[in-house]
Amino acid sequence: MDLTWSPEEEAFRRAAREWLAAHVPSPPLPSGDTRAGFAAHLAWERELFAARWSVVSWPEEYGGRGASLWEWLIFEEEYHRAGAPARVTQNGVFLLAPTLFRFGTAEQRARLLPRIAAAEDLWAQGWSEPEAGSDLAALRSRAVRADGGWRLTGHKTWTTRGAFCTHLFGLFRTGPQDARHRALTYFLVPLDAPGVTVRGFQRLDGDEGFAEVFLDDVFVPDADVLGEVGQGWTVAMATTGSERGLTLRSPGRFLHTAERLLELAREVGSGAHRDRVAQAWIDAQAYQWFTLEQVTAIAGGHEVGAEASLAKLFWSELDVRLHETAAELLGPEAELAGPWSKGFLFSLAGPIYAGTNEIQRNIVAERLLGLPRR
Amino acid sequence: MRFRVAEVDAALAEAAGGVLAKLTEPADAVWRGLAGAGVLGALVPGEAGLDENCLPPLMETLGHAGVAVPAAETIAVGAPLLAELPVLGGVLDGSVLLTVSLDTEAPVPFAADADLFVVGAGDRLRLFRREELGITPLASVDASRKLARLSVPSRGGVVVGEGASVVETAWLRGVLATAGLLVGLGGRMVELTVAYVRQREQFGVPVGSFQAVKHALADVVVELRFARASVLAAGWAQAAGEADTGVRTSAAKVLASEAARSTARAAIQCHGAMGYTTEYELHRYAKRAWALAADWGGPAEHRALVARALGLP
Repeated sequence: MDLTWSPEEEAFRRAAREWLAAHVPSPPLPSGDTRAGFAAHLAWERELFAARWSVVSWPEEYGGRGASLWEWLIFEEEYHRAGAPARVTQNGVFLLAPTLFRFGTAEQRARLLPRIAAAEDLWAQGWSEPEAGSDLAALRSRAVRADGGWRLTGHKTWTTRGAFCTHLFGLFRTGPQDARHRALTYFLVPLDAPGVTVRGFQRLDGDEGFAEVFLDDVFVPDADVLGEVGQGWTVAMATTGSERGLTLRSPGRFLHTAERLLELAREVGSGAHRDRVAQAWIDAQAYQWFTLEQVTAIAGGHEVGAEASLAKLFWSELDVRLHETAAELLGPEAELAGPWSKGFLFSLAGPIYAGTNEIQRNIVAERLLGLPRR
Repeated sequence: MRFRVAEVDAALAEAAGGVLAKLTEPADAVWRGLAGAGVLGALVPGEAGLDENCLPPLMETLGHAGVAVPAAETIAVGAPLLAELPVLGGVLDGSVLLTVSLDTEAPVPFAADADLFVVGAGDRLRLFRREELGITPLASVDASRKLARLSVPSRGGVVVGEGASVVETAWLRGVLATAGLLVGLGGRMVELTVAYVRQREQFGVPVGSFQAVKHALADVVVELRFARASVLAAGWAQAAGEADTGVRTSAAKVLASEAARSTARAAIQCHGAMGYTTEYELHRYAKRAWALAADWGGPAEHRALVARALGLP
């Protein structure tokens, strides 16, 4: 065990901290899940890109700094610590980009990655459908062969920030329905293409951050198939590990929320809340240690598989607990609109998105413990 | 930055694991076996040359085996204090049984059988021989820990440590080691339960195929894995002398205690009536988990220590 940061890593931390301290918007931006807020967030992310802090772990040729996974964690910690805005480009940066790095052609990487880094192309995830949420393999949206490409028809929904994005990456069926996950293909679709209709709708927290996307005979050229035809499931699942664990929810976010909770408790708390606050802080620390353990394994060549489900279960439940504890501290004030009530409503989505926690528990039980499927 | 058990620390745990693979009872034979493998002197200055980083993996291995030996008391706390004394040889070869009490009000584990006692009071740690103390054996849930209540004379004994920081180090090592034992116990209970629910059939299918059973076990695996990482981090903090060592150690003990208790509960439930019998081995691990969860400070006590360190009202 050696949990000391190297002088280079400490220098990286200082550089990130200093830049963020000088540039993080104050007062905080409005929610990025509203149209006006989204525009303000884009301006921020373009500023981040201009200073090469938007995709620190990417190679320099695509706009990154070639930072190690450790440095990325440091950056994330500093980013949240500085109270910087949530990333509205996260689906492109953290979900599509890792997939492009792994499965994309050289042409796709050169064409798409710099525009993701620069917050020019804004990607939404087109996986869920009305009849296919956690049972993603049941999805019905289809792609049929056309001259030089494919024609897509179907209905995607619960698409985060879909109404504000420019592009959609999604899974479409290119074989028979009963082939389940074996006949899916991963497509990249511009949302201004003829035949695409996007309708925004409100989430539980009142923001208009959801959308349903209707595709009616939308043409997509062969160049916008990601990975092999019929291999969409493999391509998508290879990156769900990122979604469930590390890249979507770095520990910095929860460490920062735990610190805010401590401040709140010191301000308004009484002895009645002490145990819950201490426990929430302890759990946020535990998430950091577990993540460092995972990153060490990844740095040593380990591929994170079902262990990502352990992380997802833990951080999503932790986020709810942190916010519930804040609500206890606030008492009747918890009902007021504000960062804590907003955060609480958003935390309730965590146990649902990226694969519901019920599905994650099944994955842990079946793949890590070897319990029989039914 | 590297969050991984170092080779020297893994080697010690492996040496212990090798002994335990061959022998799991009687406890005194296991103890002598561990002594023969050089495990008991891990933290004794001038012996193995190891620091607190060795405790989490070693204790996890010993906890997993569930043997009734004073591992935390002797290896983590007592033996390192005896470096200058002639009795050290007997302790390290397993012929002399040592236990520790930093709270003389509480029942002391292994005290009914121990030959030597390190007793803490105030800023001083003293070593007593059995005949110098009043010892009242106590019946307990985990009978294998051989509890007794001590009556300690205000004078006498040999001072083996003095000063608040020496006592604090002894306490933190005991807490850390106990947390490690709890993680190992939890892991063993999960293994037993998985094996059982895979083969036990009801309604024509293995009970392990029921989602309620899967989810109960998945939840405790999450608790155990996060507790385990926290115990490793606390071990490193102790070895590195980090400023927040006390908080990290208390956090690890809270997580390990809660995880082991949850696991005992889930394991018994998933075993059904089989879990509620002493004819099957699960009860031994569950009882040890309940005992150790409360020993060296229970979750409420350590949560309060964390709260105080964080300046909570």
